[in-house]
Amino acid sequence: MSAPSGGGASRDGYGAALLEMLDDDKVVVLEADLGKSTKSCLFRAEKPSHTVSLGIAEQNMMLVAAGMSTSGYVPFASTFAIFTERGFEQVRNGIARPNIVVHLCGSHGGIHTGTDGSSAQSIEDLAIYRTLPNMTVLHPCDDVSAKALTLALRNHDRPSYMRTARNKVPRSYSDESSNELKIGKGYVHRTGDDVAIIACGVMVNEALEAADLLAKSGIQATVVDMHTIKPLDTNLVTELAKRCGALVTAEDHSIIGGLGGAVAECLVSHYPVPLERIGVQDRFGESGGSDELLEMLNMKAKNIVDAAQRAISRT
Amino acid sequence: MAERGMGLEIPELESMAKRCRRNIVRMVYGIGAGHPGGSLSAIDMLTGLYGHRLRVDSDNPKWSDRDRFIMSKGHASPGVYSILHERGFLTEDDLSSFRKLGGSCQGHVDMKWCPGVDFSAGSLGMGLSFGIGCSLAAKLDGSDRTSWVMLGDGELQEGQVWEGVMSAVHHEIDNLTVIVDRNGIQNDDFCETQMRMFDVSEKFASFGWAVMEIDGHDMAQVVDAIDWADQVTGGPACIVMHTVKGKGVSYMENNPKFHGAAPNEEQFILAMEELS
Ligand SMILES: Cc1ncc(C[n+]2csc(CCOP(=O)(O)OP(=O)(O)O)c2C)c(N)n1
Ligand SMILES: [Mg+2]
Repeated sequence: MSAPSGGGASRDGYGAALLEMLDDDKVVVLEADLGKSTKSCLFRAEKPSHTVSLGIAEQNMMLVAAGMSTSGYVPFASTFAIFTERGFEQVRNGIARPNIVVHLCGSHGGIHTGTDGSSAQSIEDLAIYRTLPNMTVLHPCDDVSAKALTLALRNHDRPSYMRTARNKVPRSYSDESSNELKIGKGYVHRTGDDVAIIACGVMVNEALEAADLLAKSGIQATVVDMHTIKPLDTNLVTELAKRCGALVTAEDHSIIGGLGGAVAECLVSHYPVPLERIGVQDRFGESGGSDELLEMLNMKAKNIVDAAQRAISRT
Repeated sequence: MAERGMGLEIPELESMAKRCRRNIVRMVYGIGAGHPGGSLSAIDMLTGLYGHRLRVDSDNPKWSDRDRFIMSKGHASPGVYSILHERGFLTEDDLSSFRKLGGSCQGHVDMKWCPGVDFSAGSLGMGLSFGIGCSLAAKLDGSDRTSWVMLGDGELQEGQVWEGVMSAVHHEIDNLTVIVDRNGIQNDDFCETQMRMFDVSEKFASFGWAVMEIDGHDMAQVVDAIDWADQVTGGPACIVMHTVKGKGVSYMENNPKFHGAAPNEEQFILAMEELS
């Protein structure tokens, strides 16, 4: 992986995975004038014949991808997470409803995207795509896992939405551990019996840091990378609820409808235990540095620690 | 009631545009991010609009009978902030808040954060529809206020733009002007490579718009085009201005790399020399 040792951005993993599929003539890549940002530009440079530039026209891109899919191709289409939403109804009626295999990637998701400000910070994408029947919804945490999950999509038999992030975070995976990743199965990074922290995206790193802090005060936390928001690994969530008795979710997304919403739905149906949700509290973001924004919106490791203690005290 | 423009002659407008260019580069360099290219291509027209025509009042930014300027290509925010500074809406300190936490100068122009901004942009293709709404409301109010919408040429690829183009003619909206910044470049590359737009004037004309083409860096032509648009009756007017992305800074000119990238220190110093 080309990213420096400081860590990796999940969008780089998407670009790297596309490069691994160069020999596969069924794979086509679709762009909407943000290939340099989503990293599909890497594929375009190597295989322009299988790259389709659609200009700044996301709605059109969705159905062009669907048409290619029903003709035997496997389309990987990308733009910013927020601008995939421009074509949401096209995805709903044109892709998910007829269950056409199109792999949509939305980069620059979440407030972590930073100084561009609220218009670019999608904090609702996971929620809206999760409501669509047939859709698989992914949100990997670093470049290594994003690469592995993108490659896994090559033979996935349903349409998907994968959110990636703009900025680098410390890696949570090695090439080896990423081989164990499976769509639909949460990855347990750390095991503890007092509380379980279920995170996705850039918040996995914060969750791991929170577990270290909690351990210092004698609280042992399980940390899960829930890279697949849909279908949710309900077996794992229920098992954690039984074993730990208190849960925290952490996501760079609205606390409404995303990972926190999905876990809450699972708990009320299967095994209700206290749950605290870390994420964006029903507001829009604004311009600022990634870390500044996490800090301002109470989404840092220390806030996860507080949430874990609150969840435990409610048991 | 506020006056139209600032009563400035061409040479004064030209030096105002130059001051704005310096502030655009300063803002983007200061935070190491932002969109200099499309700000520099648009700034002569922005200067023409605010310096010669728009009836707005910095003491009363929400005055209901103000003309509306809608920057649909909201990434060109440094351009807007620099001209709002000239027109008294923003201080130097505001300009330094560009893209910073809590600053009125958000990454993309935002009406909730910035006085003088009438439209929260950042998602391309939406501004014209909004402008049509403002213009229809002005007619219902019996007001002579007008709406001016600036679109990027890459932005024209959004289908919504053409929904707006169609409806402005249907409703005979003659208190509305669109300005297309035809700089030939979008995010990844030249429009020629990304999605060819061919003859933009012909497209607008075929929908029934009155169209004028100008050199968007010739201040006399800019002012003439604004006056022309005011005279158009019976339907909407479109000014297609041919511009150079990054205009005024040699290494940014016609260079897709400076769509959304900041200069380094050495480049910054060079830009300031070139714009002195
Ligand atoms: C709906 C939408 N899609 C994509 C983008 C990302 N984007 C920001 S600027 C830009 C290129 C705009 O090109 P153009 O309209 O020609 O503007 P200019 O050259 O004047 O900067 C793109 C694709 C966006 N802001 N909105
Ligand atoms: Mg352009």
